[in-house]
Order: sequence, then structure tokens, then C-alpha cells
Amino acid sequence: MTTWTIDSVKSALAAKKVSARELTAEFYERIRSRNPELNAYLALSPERAYLQADKMDALIAAGEPLPPLAGVPVAIKDVISTRGTVTTCGSKILQNYTPPYDATAVTRLEQAGAIILGKTNCDEFAMGSSNENSAYGAVKNPVATDRVPGGSSGGSAAAVSAGLAVASLGTDTGGSIRQPGALCGIPAMMGSYGRVSRYGLVAFASSLDRIGPFGNCVKDVAAILETIAGRDVNDSTSTTTPVPVYTDEIARPVKGMRIGIPRDYFREGMDSGVRDKVEKGIELLKKLGCAPVDIRMPHTEYAIATYYIIATAEASSNLARYDGVRYGLRVDEPTLLGMYRKTRGAGFGAEVKRRIVLGTYVLSAGYYDAYYLKGQKVRALIARDFRDAFAEVDVIVTPTSPIPAFKLGEKTDDPLQMYLADIYTVTGSLSGVPGISVPCGKICGTLPVGLQLFAPAFAESRILQLAHAFEQAGGASL
Amino acid sequence: MKISREDVVRVAELAYLELSETELETYRAQIDEILEYIGKLNELDTANVEPMAQVLSPDQAADATLREDTVLPCGSAAEIFYQAPDPEPPFFRVPKVIER
Repeated sequence: MTTWTIDSVKSALAAKKVSARELTAEFYERIRSRNPELNAYLALSPERAYLQADKMDALIAAGEPLPPLAGVPVAIKDVISTRGTVTTCGSKILQNYTPPYDATAVTRLEQAGAIILGKTNCDEFAMGSSNENSAYGAVKNPVATDRVPGGSSGGSAAAVSAGLAVASLGTDTGGSIRQPGALCGIPAMMGSYGRVSRYGLVAFASSLDRIGPFGNCVKDVAAILETIAGRDVNDSTSTTTPVPVYTDEIARPVKGMRIGIPRDYFREGMDSGVRDKVEKGIELLKKLGCAPVDIRMPHTEYAIATYYIIATAEASSNLARYDGVRYGLRVDEPTLLGMYRKTRGAGFGAEVKRRIVLGTYVLSAGYYDAYYLKGQKVRALIARDFRDAFAEVDVIVTPTSPIPAFKLGEKTDDPLQMYLADIYTVTGSLSGVPGISVPCGKICGTLPVGLQLFAPAFAESRILQLAHAFEQAGGASL
Repeated sequence: MKISREDVVRVAELAYLELSETELETYRAQIDEILEYIGKLNELDTANVEPMAQVLSPDQAADATLREDTVLPCGSAAEIFYQAPDPEPPFFRVPKVIER
């Protein structure tokens, strides 16, 4: 089976080796044959996809210039709104919800010529690290189908990894792009907070949520990011910071980059296979001319606790909108408050309810200062760790996940253990910096390991360059 | 014990969330364990730390970049009502709120 990239699609279309319509049909055929096993897609949008493919084919026939993502088949995580295609967020409460508008990221992809194949499975409202919290069943990891793909953007990662899309969009609140990217063995990136508009992203934790890409190579991730990034008047937190041409930036030299290795990230709890690959990855970065620097990030051990206060507090507030009045599920009851309670009790799954209870608790009178305010203060300390580190180094290098893909069902009964696996990703989420996970070898030749790179806010080019150089030097097969 | 059964009942009430007896007890125990873990934040002295509510620099934060409040046409009203559980355009119908 061909592994398509944005460049190979571009040249195949230009050489008329394949039409956009034929390529789209090939991807739907792949989905038809592989998706029943993987459960990566929840909904397909063939009408929309073929309409767009025909537009691209018409441009080709007319000899017109093609937009940068012309004919590239992409998948969209099901927490991102797509006009006319059901958007469930992996939840029963939105089982029949069809957005009347597109998210800005989707609009921009389509304007750049991409073909929207459909919507990918995810943990309910993006809450989870294994994709087992979807109301529509777990996703299987294409590299080892008895294992989880990671989460919450498990479907988006699995779709690209299995060749059921050339690229995809996920969302990252505490690691939900980078961790499944690592576990499925593909590059995956979240830009800085404010880099990509959140308009049309169904909110989980608004101060943390980010939309970002998965691809088969770092260059594709760069191409998707430069397409979706930039100011959008519909999201007041999307910034006016100029968007560089990341696909040009990636080719710049990395020699002399100072890479910070936070010793606080290499403590107990890390799988020995992961440690081995990450150390080899650091050796490879040295060979590329990078200078390693030992750094301290002393508040790392408080990041999980901080994250689960802030994320659940914001979630409890954001999810108040699911009340059975305007859209989604309604369970009939004679009184309004009874209808709210029954609807929400029946519509939300276990992890979402647990987080609503925890989030409501940490915000409630008498506990606000002890939990929520304390969490916001420690968040400031964690962000300061990053600022201090970036005074000494250009990039911070860590593992993406302390463990490789685990068996389906292995951690579902113990939420705290599941949360602890987010240790390396949540720090960057709380601080707002951009992060990328790039493949860094496979344990026993099968289970992929991810190397995570952080840069200061809005210095995405730097980690894209380094990830690209790492990939070109054979990082994936260490 | 950090959180009691009564606390969970009260919080579920605040969140308009119906929970079964089994859910109440399961969540209480799990959240208790999570709060126990969160307690490690008390090791840190944060008396002189400003809380951080969002990460953007002041010139990029939402307050600095608000657009003018202008009225624009919205073409999607029909689509919105179409999928409401109990629509009566231009209203959404809900169960009785005011008791006689």
C-alpha cells in the first residue's frame, strides 16, 4: 500500500497519474476495508469530498495553478465542527448533532484544496488518554491492534498511521495530539496557544485547547499548520503574530542548537524501553550538531495535579451548555430542572461525569481557593520553569509518553493511573508553548516511541526544523 | 477522606447531573484518590505568586483584540431550529419552569 504524502499527491496529480476523484475513491476503499477493525472514523462525508475532488480535477484540466493542499485527503477529529456532517464529540449527548457551520481550521484546509474525508473517533469531549472513553467504542492502534492508539485524538492518529488519510486534525488539551502521535508512530504537533483559531472547536478547557496536525512526515505537519494558523476574528484568542512559511523554515540548519534535557523528566515511572530509545534519540541530535544542556524544571512533578484542577474546572463550566434545550439529546421530564438532570445523566459517559463532578467541586464555595486558585498559581510556576529554561536553551527535549501503547482495557478502572501517563505533555499545555512529537524508534521493533520537542511560544519553526532533521537522519528507526 | 458522599451529592446538584447510587460511590472513591494526589500542591508556598488564568501576552490577550460589536446577518437559524429537541421557531420549547 502506497504511503502518500502531500508532496507525492501534488506530483501524482500534476503528472496526471491519478485524478483527485480517483485518489479520494482509493481512500474511501481503504477506509471501507480497514475501518471496521480499527474504528478510526465515526462518519464519512463522501458528497463533500467528491465535490471538492471534482473542483480540483477541473483546475487541473484547465491548467490552472493548484492551491497548496490540492487533492490531499484529510480527516477531522470529531470535536471539530463540520457543516452538514454529524459532529458527536464521541458523546451520546451529541449523537445527532449536525453543525450549521465549519470550524475555521476546516474552512482553511478546504480553501487550500484539501479533501475532507470524514470525522475521526476520539475520547468523549476529548477527555482521555487512550480513546477508550468514546461512546462509540475504542479505536485500535494500527501498529498493534490489541493496544490503544492513545488519546484523545486516537482516531486521527490511527487514520494517518494506517494510511486511511494523508493528514488529519486533532486537538490537544493535555497531550491529546502528541501522545497518540507517539503511540501510533507518526509526527504530531500542537502550535502555541493562540496560533490556530479555536472557532468551531467544541470547547473542553478553553485556556488549554489547541487544534493541530498529524502527518506521515514532519513536512506535512508543517504544511497543515501553516494552512490553519493565523488570526481569525471569530476567536479573540487567536493571535496576530505573523505565520512563517513553515515548509520553507524546516530546511534550515540545526547545527549549534542548544537542546535542554530536563533531568526532572527522567525520573521513576518511565518504561526502560522508552528511556533507551529517547537516549538514543538525544545521541542522534548530538550527531546533528546540537549541544545538550542539563536543565532543571523543578515544578514538573506538580503539573498533573495542576492540570487536572484547571482542565476539569474549565470543563465543568464549558459543558454546562448541554442541557437538552437547543441541540443534542433530551430526556423528557415534567420539570425543567428534572429534564436537565436526566438529560445530562443519560447523555454523558463516566469519564465526563467524573470530570464535571471534580471540576464543579474545585470551583465550589469553600474549595475555590484551596484548589482552583492554588492550581492557577502553580500554573504560573510551571510556566516560569519554561521561561527560565528557554533563557539557556533553544529547544527542550523530552519523551512524549513515559510508556508505549498499552493493552486495551489495561488502565480503564484506574483514572489516576491513566492521568499520570500525561506527565510529559501537560507541562507544555499549561505553559502555552508549542510542542511536537516525532517518531524515535520502536521498542522490540513494533511499539513506537515519541520524542517531544518544545520551543518558546511562537517559535514553532525551531522545533519543526529540529524534528525534520531528526526524521531525515533516521530517527524513526533507532 | 477528602470528599464525602454528601459532597458528591451537593456537587452533582450544582452541576444538574443525575447520578445513580453506584456512580455516586464510584466517583466519590476515585475523586477522593485524585484529591489526595492533588494535595501535593500544598508542598509549594505560593503566597507571593500571581495566579495565571491564561497564557497569552497582554497585547495578544482576548481583552486587547476584541472586535467591534457589529450586527451581522446569520443565515443558519433554520438549521439550528431543525435539530432542536422541541423547536417552535423562533423559540425553543422547554418543560414548565414556573409552578402555580
